[in-house]
Amino acid sequence: GNWARLAAQQRLTQDDLLAMPAFGNVSLIHITDIHAQLKPIYFREPSVNIGVGGNRGEVPHLTGAEFRKMYGIEDGSPSHYALSSGDFTALARGYGRVGGMDRVATVVKQIRSERPDALLLDGGDTWHGSYTCYQTAGQDCVNVMNLLKPDAMTFHWEFTLGSDRVREIVEGLPFAALGQNIFDAEWDEPAELFQPYKFFERGGVKIAVIGQAFPYMPIANPSWMFPEYSFGIRDERMQDMVDEVRAGGAELVVVLSHNGFDVDKKMAEKVTGIDVLLSGHTHDALPEPVLVGETIIIASGSNGKFVSRVDLDVQGGRMMGFRHKLIPIFSDVIAPDPEMTALIDAQRAPYADQLSEVIGHTDTTLYRRGNFNGTWDDLICDALLTQRDAQIALSPGVRWGPSLLEGDPITREDLWNVTSMSYPEAYRSEMTGEFLKIVLEDVADNIFNPDPYYQQGGDMVRVGGLSYRIDVTAPAGQRVSEMTLLRTGEAIDPAKSYTVAGWASVNEGTEGPPIWDVVESHIRSLGRVQLGENTSVEVVGA
Amino acid sequence: LALGAMALTVLPFRANASVDDLIAEFTGGADLADSGVDLTAPEIAENGNTVPISVDAPGASEILVLAAGNPTPAVATFAFGPLAGSRMASTRIRLAGTQEVIAVAKLEDGTFARAAKTVKVTIGGCGG
Amino acid sequence: MASGVKPRVKVPKSASAGEVVTLKTLISHPMESGQRKDKDGSLIPRSIINRFTCDFNGQNVIDVKMEPAISTNPYFEFEALVPEAGEFTFTWYDDDGSTYTDTKPIEIV
Ligand SMILES: [Mn+2]
Ligand SMILES: [Mn+2]
Repeated sequence: GNWARLAAQQRLTQDDLLAMPAFGNVSLIHITDIHAQLKPIYFREPSVNIGVGGNRGEVPHLTGAEFRKMYGIEDGSPSHYALSSGDFTALARGYGRVGGMDRVATVVKQIRSERPDALLLDGGDTWHGSYTCYQTAGQDCVNVMNLLKPDAMTFHWEFTLGSDRVREIVEGLPFAALGQNIFDAEWDEPAELFQPYKFFERGGVKIAVIGQAFPYMPIANPSWMFPEYSFGIRDERMQDMVDEVRAGGAELVVVLSHNGFDVDKKMAEKVTGIDVLLSGHTHDALPEPVLVGETIIIASGSNGKFVSRVDLDVQGGRMMGFRHKLIPIFSDVIAPDPEMTALIDAQRAPYADQLSEVIGHTDTTLYRRGNFNGTWDDLICDALLTQRDAQIALSPGVRWGPSLLEGDPITREDLWNVTSMSYPEAYRSEMTGEFLKIVLEDVADNIFNPDPYYQQGGDMVRVGGLSYRIDVTAPAGQRVSEMTLLRTGEAIDPAKSYTVAGWASVNEGTEGPPIWDVVESHIRSLGRVQLGENTSVEVVGA
Repeated sequence: LALGAMALTVLPFRANASVDDLIAEFTGGADLADSGVDLTAPEIAENGNTVPISVDAPGASEILVLAAGNPTPAVATFAFGPLAGSRMASTRIRLAGTQEVIAVAKLEDGTFARAAKTVKVTIGGCGG
Repeated sequence: MASGVKPRVKVPKSASAGEVVTLKTLISHPMESGQRKDKDGSLIPRSIINRFTCDFNGQNVIDVKMEPAISTNPYFEFEALVPEAGEFTFTWYDDDGSTYTDTKPIEIV
């Protein structure tokens, strides 16, 4: 019960969370996918995260009790709350919020006090995802990260600020902007603004950090915002880069990746000579590294909820051993770093009234993460159906967006945390049943294609007003069936046209009010949000 | 999630009958070896209107490239001259949907080799 | 002649005799496929570059037959053997009978 949990929380100390006997001669600190969450938040881990092909039943495709069993995590423990789903709302009340970049700063400083030579590496999705990030075109996050002093970063959602803004920021960054797979689209040559790798001399060891940006940027996000660039996995060039840095004397090769976990596993199989692969994009948090050949893969979660520390013993140009700790950022346990708190608060001050305005309350815990619907998306889809007078709503299966607990007020900041982006227009258009099926099949194949290189690392598009059945093991184009219009209970007719509202279209010139205005109007009209169980997607083959 | 992609038919196409005709015309009906030509193309196209592909066939005099699912499958034929530094070439092609891209090389010993790669042309959207 | 057609090529300034160098070419051209329809629903006539050649001192490097499936602003990358100092000539042949030419010298070091 709650007593035990509260007692557990009281026993939890900053020292316990950070304690790690120093090991070896090199330390890496990994943070990734912060999505502009500078303040502590709640973040519910997924309860559905299906693995396909060779990754069926493998981490990170285990959730809830299965995940805890795999790692020997006790029910109700801090690790249960931080790493897995199940009993989320109750545990959240006991253990409190997670993350906050001022807490992250404390952890980083503590590690650096023990290991002054530690490398701090940011896996990207940093300058995106909040009200203040949107209003300052990423500047609040840039300022916070500059104070944290990473040694290198790579990229994904950053590019949705547009290539001019990305260039402006990157040119002023006091650390390396890496991406061996970021190319000039016109001449198919490495983009000059980004270096493929950087050498560091730390702890007497020559370390090469190679960057790998999100490979499918122009597909998953609007390519018209960064037409100068081409990406791709480019694993053959990754091998060339590994060979090049080894030839250049690298004793330790680290890849700072935004591929997503399953893509990273496949890349680690194909590319030899990577010692440590720091994985980002799919927002998985794993308490132990996954070993592929001689490469260790580290997954450090999202939204500022975790910091990974990896200590390595490197002797004679070889990684002889490692120790790893995934540090959960319990915001009530880890003391905020005052300098960082002051900076974050100063960034937020001009927007304080806007951020804190309460627009409603929720009687249902709101979350997003999971392969299919999350309650936040159910709310967004309801808003699209009612405010845009549509038969069907579509909401993108992004993996970012913190949670709110039942009973919580919903502030404008909370709403923007799950909707903020640079292409927020809530369109309303006609789609045939045939095209809707193509959309669902297409997105499904981006998640459930058994070859990880075809996976883009998002979740399934969320639907409102529509139910369907999905067989995740079926081949592309044949997974989705029994599409039904909920309003009438009738089967979707391929030849018939339906009114569809959605948002986050990657097409230039999409028109409509920003999604946060649509959802705010809806919440205001409800006053209190209450969502029933969503049974509109029947999943088979999982 | 894209709307304008409505113009694209995303479903895989069945191989067009004229693919076989075009290959037969190129080879004179000779057998096709499974190795001898490499075709490089992305798993997923960033943009179906401009898909980078590369062909490489040591000892080839000509390489034919076809897109099996396009309304007209012919794409290009590369003929290598006396000052070709290799039998490699790259270009960018249009793909009207997910389909197989095919390369057939005519080797200097008179034999032919074939390679194919499926390129997915997707609507995209969404992400982590 | 299609308007605004502009060839660009990337050739190293120098090479050693007998070296293999990488060449890249781009030409701005709409490559109208002949399969698109205009607003009124009538077919826009095909207008593409149908052939591209590269020669060095009069000897051929590559000769490409191009179909409408080649993307807008055709791009080619290939390799050439450089036996001596001289000049590369790049030629693009338009459906409308126009040809576009660019030349680039290369030194031997
Ligand atoms: Mn992310
Ligand atoms: Mn990402």
